Amino acid sequence: MVEEEGFRRYVAHAILWIGIAIVAFPVYIAIVASTQDNALIANGQMSLLPGGHFFEVYYQTIFVGTSGSTREPVGNMMLNSLVMALLIAVGKIAISIISAYAIVYFRFPFRMPIFWIIFITLMLPVEVRIYPTYKIVADLHMLDSYAGLALPLIASATATLLFRQFFMTVPDELLEASRIDGAGPLRFFWDTLLPLSRTNMAALFVILFILGWNQYLWPLLITTRDDMQTIQVGIRKMITTTDALTEWPVVMATAVLAMLPPVFVVVAMQRLFVRGLVETEK
Amino acid sequence: MANVTLRNVRKTYPGGFEAIKGVNVDVADGQFCVLVGPSGCGKSTLLRMVAGLETVSGGEIDIGGRVVNQVEPADRDIAMVFQNYALYPHMSVFNNMAYGLRNRGMKEAEVKTRVDEAARVLELTPMLERKPRQLSGGQRQRVAMGRAIVRQPKVFLFDEPLSNLDAKLRIAMRVEIRKLQRRLSTTSIYVTHDQLEAMTLADILVVMNGGQVEQFGNPLAIYEKPATTFVASFIGAPPMNLMSMRADEIKSQIGNSGDAGILGIRPEDFVITDQTPAGGVALPLTVEAIERVGAETFIYGSRKQDEQRIAANPGELPPGEVIVRIPGSEAPPIGQKIRVAAVRAKLHLFSDDGRTRIEA
Amino acid sequence: MQKQAIFQAKLLPYALVAPQLAIVLIFFYWPAAQAVIQSFLLQDAFGLSTSFIWFDNYIELFQDPAYYEAIVRTFFFSFAIAVSSLSFALLLAVMADKPLRGSMLYRTLLIWPYAVAPPVVGVLWIFMLHPSLGVLSRYLRGMGVDWNPLLDGDQAAALIILAAAWKQISYNFLFFLAGLQAIPKSVFEAAAIDGARPMRRFWTVTFPLLSPTIFFLLVVNIVYAFFDTFGIIDTMTRGGPGTSTVTLVYKVYTDGLLGGNLGSSAAQSVILMVMVIVLTGIQFRFVERKVTY
Repeated sequence: MVEEEGFRRYVAHAILWIGIAIVAFPVYIAIVASTQDNALIANGQMSLLPGGHFFEVYYQTIFVGTSGSTREPVGNMMLNSLVMALLIAVGKIAISIISAYAIVYFRFPFRMPIFWIIFITLMLPVEVRIYPTYKIVADLHMLDSYAGLALPLIASATATLLFRQFFMTVPDELLEASRIDGAGPLRFFWDTLLPLSRTNMAALFVILFILGWNQYLWPLLITTRDDMQTIQVGIRKMITTTDALTEWPVVMATAVLAMLPPVFVVVAMQRLFVRGLVETEK
Repeated sequence: MANVTLRNVRKTYPGGFEAIKGVNVDVADGQFCVLVGPSGCGKSTLLRMVAGLETVSGGEIDIGGRVVNQVEPADRDIAMVFQNYALYPHMSVFNNMAYGLRNRGMKEAEVKTRVDEAARVLELTPMLERKPRQLSGGQRQRVAMGRAIVRQPKVFLFDEPLSNLDAKLRIAMRVEIRKLQRRLSTTSIYVTHDQLEAMTLADILVVMNGGQVEQFGNPLAIYEKPATTFVASFIGAPPMNLMSMRADEIKSQIGNSGDAGILGIRPEDFVITDQTPAGGVALPLTVEAIERVGAETFIYGSRKQDEQRIAANPGELPPGEVIVRIPGSEAPPIGQKIRVAAVRAKLHLFSDDGRTRIEA
Repeated sequence: MQKQAIFQAKLLPYALVAPQLAIVLIFFYWPAAQAVIQSFLLQDAFGLSTSFIWFDNYIELFQDPAYYEAIVRTFFFSFAIAVSSLSFALLLAVMADKPLRGSMLYRTLLIWPYAVAPPVVGVLWIFMLHPSLGVLSRYLRGMGVDWNPLLDGDQAAALIILAAAWKQISYNFLFFLAGLQAIPKSVFEAAAIDGARPMRRFWTVTFPLLSPTIFFLLVVNIVYAFFDTFGIIDTMTRGGPGTSTVTLVYKVYTDGLLGGNLGSSAAQSVILMVMVIVLTGIQFRFVERKVTY
């Protein structure tokens, strides 16, 4: 409209850039801090411009870790986080898509009760069952293991609902055509339904990968060994010691490294990300 | 090659709704059978029962001498063209056609030969590597046809395959389907709600209503001698004029007509004339509306008479609306009173309930 | 809602739901049931003896002023985070919805903080506002503020709210933008022709049409503030100073882990469970989610 011309437009641009600055500032500071000398930061004399210690700080962070508190190389933590995030994302998608397939494409006794049992887990986030879940995982000897990190988080009412929703929109005639073409239930699933679900799976994967990578409370509980730590848990342990000993450049480099994979996923796969985010909230 | 026989076929849904109330149809080998009827008449259900997509509640479905009630769709040796085509959206045209063959374990070389041949016949060769969404509606329709013919099945089943096309393409594809079926001479069952499609395609026409067969046989024979008022009004456009009348009126005018209570006259069987043909009927009409479509003109006339003339004159019918079709574009002006007549041979007589045709 | 076209099979569907069902029963229902049972038990610190004490854990909880404080604090945090984050995100979304050059770039630059994990958010903000070395603390002190969130409970709370709201901006922005884009442009044009100026248009047309989105986001933000602030609190203040940033979830965690008071922790879990059920219920019952995008 005419009013959108001129002055108002500049105001809009300005507000958006201010917003971007606010959103980006803490991360900018982290990046700057990760390139500076610890002594300078500890004195409260940190410069707002990047320093010259980029390579040495990141080398130390990834391959050596802090020299004081945990001494676990952050590279290893990232590997743990990656394995956990992938297991959670792939696992959730796999078990959700097959249960949704069963619920939509078959009639069997207890179909709806099973659906509700899965659905109600929406109301049981890990925070409300922390210690009993911890105890079960301990009893199953899964503490400090990838299975323990991922398995208890792998059920997904949201993903199941999403696939169910999607399958309902697949025309019945596709199944009928497949039946006439001689495809049984497993072949229909593999040849037709799975390829059709590709975009949904990809969008879901993006979201679930981020959620998996960012898990905190659960890994905090069940990992006791430093070499099984995820990066989110590791970063917290780096600042447990008294302030004076905290190696801030390493902490900030770890923060940057912790942000890097999920932020990259969001920016690089923005369309899938937006789609996944909107779909999973249905 | 096979004949298809339906013996007293029934379908009752779990809720108790009777969709098919005992249907007997016999389609000879190589014949093109069309099931026609209004929506909800059970024609699609019947077709899907032949395909094996719906269970059969009673009776027998026989394809090529084998009762197939319990046979899986894939093992009935049928192919089906769906209304929305049901193409696999993620597969290329080639793979869409090849899928059913590969599932049967056919050798890849043979698959290729068959698909290429079908593509050639349907002029799809340049599009074999495309995905369905890159095709026009007509092309998708042809892929759906191709998927059916590569299988070389005993029977083709068509479920309103043309209803998603625009009018012009529909006519072109109608002709193509007929030509293809003639050439392959594969027994075919075709469902449509469009009576024109039904008339032009069918060797044998099955008119259905309310889960039952109203009439079946040669389409022209049905047109000329509709067995019920439902068939009379469903086959032919514009529909037959149906007028209920008292038996004594008919008797006095037409002579021996049994206990007929309904008289039917097709719009095209009227002529504008002052004379009353012997044994025929004449109607005085007031012209209410005119539709000129070029080669022919439809006159919508009302038989509402002056109030004082309640009793009809001999040979005249009681009040109502009548459609008259005349050739050319000459027509009387609106409001004019005209007189139309039909000869005895063009009159159709039905019982009061419209369920029985009466041959006088 | 049911499909008409289905497959016939007896065992296959059970095999297909089995993995999910197994995980759900072992890791969701069994622990949840355990939490309920445990909330009626008294266990000594070494787990050597347990006794059934009915509702004593709950009664004790509701007689504990610390628990009340945690409840009030959690709700206060929730609303403060939701309101501040929502209003800022709405402002940005309304701006980004205008036909501006580079609006895709703006979107990209505003949505990525969604991907930052709560503990990292905590680290970023505590570093900026750390009393002795934070770069922003210098300016605050320069303005005469006696800034020390590690000692001042109110300042600690403000810091948590700020950091948590910051992280949630991108999520809210994205849904507001989707909500705005779902409103047909002709509605704004009609309002403009009816003589409504831009500000008036916002309050009389945009805002009411956006209200389903706002309500939806309000619920989501409250749930977020309940649960996902755990990581932020744990890296920033550990609930301190004192208990001035202890939320309900944080209290479940500390009472069970550090205090070893599993009965009380379980009772708190059950109360949280009830709250989640209510919130989820609200979300499903009242949120007309179709309107949001």
